[in-house]
Amino acid sequence: MDNELLNLLEKDARLTPAQLASMLGREEKDVADEIAEYEKNHIILGYPALIDWTKTDDELVTALIEVRIAPQRGDGFDRIAERIYQYEEVESLYLMSGAYDLAVTITGRSLRAVAEFVHARLAVIDGVTGTATHFILKKYKEKNHLFAKLPEQEERVLFV
Amino acid sequence: MIDYEAALSPRVKGIAPSGIRKFFDLLENMDSGDAISLGVGEPDFVTPWHIRDAGVYALEKGFTKYTSNAGLKELRGEISKYLHRRFALDYDPMKQMIVTVGGSEGIDIAVRAVVSQGDEVIVPVPSFVCYGPIVELAGGVPVYVETKAEDEFRLTAEALRQAITPRTKLLVLPFPNNPTGAIMERHDLEAIAQVLRGTNIIVLSDEIYAELTYGSHHVSIANIPDMVERTLVVNGFSKSYAMTGWRMGYVCGPQPLIKQMVKIHQYAIMCAPTTSQYAAIEAMRAGDGDILSMRKDYDYRRRFLLDKLRGAGLSCFEPRGAFYAFPDIRSTGMTSAEFCEQFLIRQHVAAIPGTAFGAGGEGFVRMCYASSLQNLSEAMDRLERFLKEL
Repeated sequence: MDNELLNLLEKDARLTPAQLASMLGREEKDVADEIAEYEKNHIILGYPALIDWTKTDDELVTALIEVRIAPQRGDGFDRIAERIYQYEEVESLYLMSGAYDLAVTITGRSLRAVAEFVHARLAVIDGVTGTATHFILKKYKEKNHLFAKLPEQEERVLFV
Repeated sequence: MIDYEAALSPRVKGIAPSGIRKFFDLLENMDSGDAISLGVGEPDFVTPWHIRDAGVYALEKGFTKYTSNAGLKELRGEISKYLHRRFALDYDPMKQMIVTVGGSEGIDIAVRAVVSQGDEVIVPVPSFVCYGPIVELAGGVPVYVETKAEDEFRLTAEALRQAITPRTKLLVLPFPNNPTGAIMERHDLEAIAQVLRGTNIIVLSDEIYAELTYGSHHVSIANIPDMVERTLVVNGFSKSYAMTGWRMGYVCGPQPLIKQMVKIHQYAIMCAPTTSQYAAIEAMRAGDGDILSMRKDYDYRRRFLLDKLRGAGLSCFEPRGAFYAFPDIRSTGMTSAEFCEQFLIRQHVAAIPGTAFGAGGEGFVRMCYASSLQNLSEAMDRLERFLKEL
């Protein structure tokens, strides 16, 4: 029950403190304070919208890049990760278990722009020993949301 | 020329058409893309995928034949375990249970098995619309007992006692209730049981919303001492698992009753749809978590709606079950029908007049909160505007 507020906001960040207060049977101020606290403590990082860019005239290309690195004494993977995530192009960065070390997603204006980033920026970072770039062809689902709109059943006249 | 009037059964012709027909016409003719419906009483969720997938898998495997009349043994076994696990009810899957086409069929065959010409059936109202007509089709006489807002729309022992006559055959117990959201707690049921002990009255307990109670666990009247011998429990998958279109329900009760009901079921229906039965097995085995998360969502919406209704100045008793709020609109000076018509015309929000659910519904409207929070929020903003402009 403790993270109820976070769970609700993760599903719909547009919910206002007043709405949340009604839903949870709490005081609005109390809810607003809790949210402010989450923001302050960097538990809530932001409130972005999920956008299907393919439906716009922006032709963006997203790639998932596997990066292998040689961990450095004292800093492990963090220092190299830091050198990577500082780039604005980097959308997400995860440290992985398994066959490679870092998973990077970047979005660029074109295939070439992404390739350029990998060769000119990523691959040359000290400690990066190899990369493999996978272009994303189609997105189906992200953060529990489907990109395709589900068909609706036909209109009904019924009484239940 | 055929005289259809003469051809038709007077019993069928005598059944009053649904009170909200006019309302539907209005809704159909409304060409408004921004309309919000709080009218249809069904989950807004799609059936969870693992359940749908089990239905698809059954089709792939070619399970397309009839099942036993009473339903798949495997399913009945699962239902038996489920009822024990969730509601401490114990029914023999082979002798005391029929899988039906929705809870509705369970209600129909229960009434038909018990009621004969002129028998009286006590139906608390406001309640779901099917009981009275089904009783009439069976030749019985529905005796409506009004539940009151001041009793939180529960059936009281006193009201029941007054309605009983030597011809009373059956008591319908529709709790958690559509449209009021009322529930009956153990002490309420004990009082009802006290009235029934020593009589020959059968109870038809429609528990289709049993999983949707908020703040307390559903108690079946079959849990009350001496009641299991006279109770038919109707339940189903529609509301709890968001499976309305699969048409899956079941009815459990004493073997002598069930045995006779199977006859009606086998001649009228044969068996419930096979695909749906396989999906239902999956629901029983792995669906408890789905219920939990949907109930939680309904509860958020319930509190939100109640808060907004009261904030807008309508008095509303706290619904403790199902997914409806039943606000009192008498302060507007309008009848339920006028209120709903005007609300729809002016603000494009559909709610159902309480009168559609029988006597005692005048002065109230039913709003279904199985709708997204953004929808509910917008509907309540419009309600506020609507009330201000009156």
